[in-house]
Amino acid sequence: MNLYGIRAIYRFEMARTFRTLSQSIIAPVLTTSLYFIVFGKAIGSRMGQIDNISYGAFIIPGLIMLNLLNESISNASFGIYMPKWAGTIYELLSAPVSWIEVLIGYVGAAATKSVMLGLLIMGTARIFVPYEIVHPGWMIAFLLLTAVTFSLFGFIIGLWADSFQKLQVVPMLIATPLTFLGGAFYSIHMLPPLWQEITLFNPVVYLISGFRWSFYGMAEVDVALSLGMTSGFLVLCLTFVWWVFKTGYKIRN
Amino acid sequence: MVVDQNSPIIFAHGVNKTYAGGFLALKNIHLEIARGEIFALLGPNGAGKTTLISIICGIVNASSGTITVDGQDIVKDFRAARAAIGLVPQELHTDAFETVWATVNFSRGLFGKAPNAPYLEKVLRDLTLWDKRDAKVMTLSGGMKRRVLIAKALAHEPLILFLDEPSAGVDVELRHDMWRMVRELRAQGTTIILTTHYIEEAEDMADRIGVINKGELIVVEDKEVLMRKLGKKQLTLTLRHPINSLPAGLESWSLILAEGGHTVDYRYNTQEDETGIPELLRTLGEHGIDFKDLRSSESSLEDIFVSLIQQSRGEAA
Ligand SMILES: Nc1ncnc2c1ncn2[C@@H]1O[C@H](COP(=O)(O)OP(=O)(O)OP(=O)(O)O)[C@@H](O)[C@H]1O
Ligand SMILES: [Mg+2]
Repeated sequence: MNLYGIRAIYRFEMARTFRTLSQSIIAPVLTTSLYFIVFGKAIGSRMGQIDNISYGAFIIPGLIMLNLLNESISNASFGIYMPKWAGTIYELLSAPVSWIEVLIGYVGAAATKSVMLGLLIMGTARIFVPYEIVHPGWMIAFLLLTAVTFSLFGFIIGLWADSFQKLQVVPMLIATPLTFLGGAFYSIHMLPPLWQEITLFNPVVYLISGFRWSFYGMAEVDVALSLGMTSGFLVLCLTFVWWVFKTGYKIRN
Repeated sequence: MVVDQNSPIIFAHGVNKTYAGGFLALKNIHLEIARGEIFALLGPNGAGKTTLISIICGIVNASSGTITVDGQDIVKDFRAARAAIGLVPQELHTDAFETVWATVNFSRGLFGKAPNAPYLEKVLRDLTLWDKRDAKVMTLSGGMKRRVLIAKALAHEPLILFLDEPSAGVDVELRHDMWRMVRELRAQGTTIILTTHYIEEAEDMADRIGVINKGELIVVEDKEVLMRKLGKKQLTLTLRHPINSLPAGLESWSLILAEGGHTVDYRYNTQEDETGIPELLRTLGEHGIDFKDLRSSESSLEDIFVSLIQQSRGEAA
């Protein structure tokens, strides 16, 4: 294991995060606050409770997941896309680091950043809505698992993308719709029966449901299933990355 | 693992490269680089120099063939092989927002070495970059960025340094500094492989020369030997009275009448025992051609290089 190598990549990426601290923090905090003002207070006051939870509190886990997914994907994809674009990837390719180490460095840094952000949003939410977390351990577990999984997913997108458009299209066309339709702002039980069935094909449903369970102790799908689906997606991403590196996909040809 | 000090530090055997588009960039390359030498890889644009370097450094996969670096296979033992190499790429690929100090530290860590601030300080001082250590890389000039790339390549104390066209876009002073540094590195035992389009630099610096054209390594030779073997000398006679054409009877000398009939050039091979000069002068005298001055010149590595490339074009055609 080239531990110095992993540390170098991780630090490089974290330095990038802290350089753009204002953008990376102010923007999500501001949008979250807007969500709380509009959905939590204005609309939420007329929504009534969902499963005995106020609407404002109900949307917190979903909002955090929404940000976690977007941030993980964009951080990791940008992190590996930049050196490809700027040409500095030559150094990474000529260095005595294995792909596992590259992955730990980039995905680790991207996940760290999005977890930090998730916690920040959680704190911001507390200003608007009083809430308690029933299973803090599980909450952290879901947070980490999701951050790592989607950072990995972002890393794959960054490897695949050969233009800035492609880099943005996946988060925009896939991640955001899936989160919105994944029950971030409503309980899937509020949907007509057919849509409830269809929704179950959306992996984000399991993430949000599991995460919300860790907050309030109630879930729309079985928690075990949530955990299983999330881990399954992690394994899928890992397998794909392993295949990409084994074949040297596009990069070294 | 103990490595035989006499074994080549780089050993390439039967290396081929076909790029994804189907372009055959390297054809059956066999090459050995000796420990501690300065090896100049020369060739026209698109010959395959960067491709060969990229393969040895692990940036591009070879289509076939094997390469070892310091006795380690570059695929199976990629860690050991790559740790031995520092690369200064042809293109100025640099980070933008990092400081010089951060970027050299990054390189050292990436190559698996524990931090060593005094060593990196020395590298930066040698390259007169120390004053710029806190500057963001993007604020530096092109020549400065080139130095940063050299510092990055040296950050992990490599055994082998690749310099892919280090003198492109670099001013005279930096060029001198750089070549002085290369000599120092060599004195410390570092092996250096460089490419350049300034052939006189290779003539100055290199111990051995490799010439590559259209993906084929056409010559690998000790520089002195190459210059002796392929070098031509030329004798130029300035005539007292210009002539319009050479008189009959001189055809066998293949003389060249130049400068509007004012001079006659005679080329001869340095390898042969008889230069033929006394005989030529006598024959010219017999034909009543009188000269007032004579001067001899030797072909440079550049002349040899150009004729090698032309020759290989001729064979290919
Ligand atoms: N990624 C690539 N895909 C396809 N062809 C490539 C690629 N990189 C290089 N080539 C081709 O391979 C050939 C050799 O290129 P290379 O960069 O090795 O030449 P070079 O000798 O370094 O030239 P120069 O002196 O201009 O730097 C060229 O014809 C080039 O067009
Ligand atoms: Mg080149």
